Amino acid sequence: MSAPQKAKAGPEEIPVIVSAVVPVTDHVTRFEFTRSDGADFPPFSGGAHTVVSMKDEGRTRLNPYSLMSDPADLSTYAISVRREDDGRGGSLFMHTKVSQGDAMTITYPVTLFSVDQRAKKHVFFAGGIGITPFLSMIGQLEHSNGNWELHYAARTPESAVYADMLLMKFPTKVSVYYSGKGDRIPFGTLLEGQPLGTHTYVCGPARFTEHLRDTATQKGWPASHIHSEEFTAPAPGEPFTVRLCKSDKTITVGEHESLLEAIEREKIDAPFMCRGGSCGQCETRVVSANGEFIHRDHWLDESDAESGTKIMPCVSRFIGSKLELDL
Amino acid sequence: MSKFEFPPSIKSRPVWGTFEERKGSAFLFIADAEGADAIIDIATPDLMAKAHIIFINRGTDYAEKLRALAPAQFYEGPSYDAALSRIKRVLSDAKMGIQVYLSGTESLMGQAANEATLAGVPLASIQTEHRGSTARRMQCVHCKGFTEDVETDPFQCSHCGLNLFVRDHYSRRLAAYQAVCIDAEDPGNVPPSKGIYE
Repeated sequence: MSAPQKAKAGPEEIPVIVSAVVPVTDHVTRFEFTRSDGADFPPFSGGAHTVVSMKDEGRTRLNPYSLMSDPADLSTYAISVRREDDGRGGSLFMHTKVSQGDAMTITYPVTLFSVDQRAKKHVFFAGGIGITPFLSMIGQLEHSNGNWELHYAARTPESAVYADMLLMKFPTKVSVYYSGKGDRIPFGTLLEGQPLGTHTYVCGPARFTEHLRDTATQKGWPASHIHSEEFTAPAPGEPFTVRLCKSDKTITVGEHESLLEAIEREKIDAPFMCRGGSCGQCETRVVSANGEFIHRDHWLDESDAESGTKIMPCVSRFIGSKLELDL
Repeated sequence: MSKFEFPPSIKSRPVWGTFEERKGSAFLFIADAEGADAIIDIATPDLMAKAHIIFINRGTDYAEKLRALAPAQFYEGPSYDAALSRIKRVLSDAKMGIQVYLSGTESLMGQAANEATLAGVPLASIQTEHRGSTARRMQCVHCKGFTEDVETDPFQCSHCGLNLFVRDHYSRRLAAYQAVCIDAEDPGNVPPSKGIYE
């Protein structure tokens, strides 16, 4: 079967019905979707994410969430959303305005964080809500009898989403560490003595991810065996003006919107996938600029970022007198 | 020992590097003949304290110099085949964080890199340094037999006897360059042999 033909620069969308809204902890709620047309969802790999489109009083919010359901069950897609009271509003919208039976749209799944099938063993490190991609990865590996272990850090037993389920189903493979009790994941010890051909994966807060990456690198792990996923939410900043050359438009990016959102507000079809600075899809050429770029993505390498010729509109901003983009 | 500069070639041809210091939990050196010099050049007492050297002497007397570095473990053998069971065992026991260093002939580095990648070491993290002979391990694409230490082009297959042209087309899986019959269209019309890099 060939891939769907793309009519738009962004990923294809799937109309869905919210089939269940399940509170998991005080801050985390699971949303389950079925397709509006009753068909099965497209197959996905463990660690994939979807971008959920939220119609919030005239503005469209697009947030990426990891699919946490079992890749073998294509009747349902499930995501777990942590409510960020100080966030940009997407998670609050999901928690306060979405209920069972609602119609929404989500994108085809995109996998930027997948299990490496060549690995002899998989060692997962999850921090807080970073547990979600590992749930679908574990689902996938359990079907192929994969060799894995999970180390999961949470603040308290009450906030450790799905820890009970994981500990019950996989008591020998899952360890949970409660920072509220002073338990820390001993990254160094856990990385030592892993068999050759082991891959390690981390998802969690930026410092957690960095800690794992640094420790593994110090211990001589090759970069190709260390995997991480981090979506950066676009941060607010000073409004700035940008000229879009191909579209022949000049737009202003507001304090609380991203450059990509401002472009979309003007009905300009710009490419995107993850909206979190990691996939590289929205990379845009800078035609000319006079000012300073605030690169916040994980995509551009140092020389690209310093060159001032490329920007990732999903998370990065600009301060200066003039910015012209090839859009 | 001076290092040979291989001429630029097609993408298939392996590119060998120069050893550099890396962080790691264990250090495995596999070398043959003059490859010992690459180990001697990078050796420090700290590194050697965590090093396992597997050395194939191929008739050279480097072994004493390597022993003098006081590696944690040292093995000396006459040929790659003789050392292979030990290489496989060391790799099967190895843990993540091991650093693999290969030096010497292309045949040795290619075959040992193959073993290491099968054991789970990514190719990009394996360090190599060519020293000594530039002779190649060749596979006859017709009879599939390997001829080691090929220095001239064309050469005669040591298995089926065909006259073979030395290509830069390399197989990582076989750790060998491919050799193709040079006089298939006009049997007997074989250009005179010369050194591969002449």
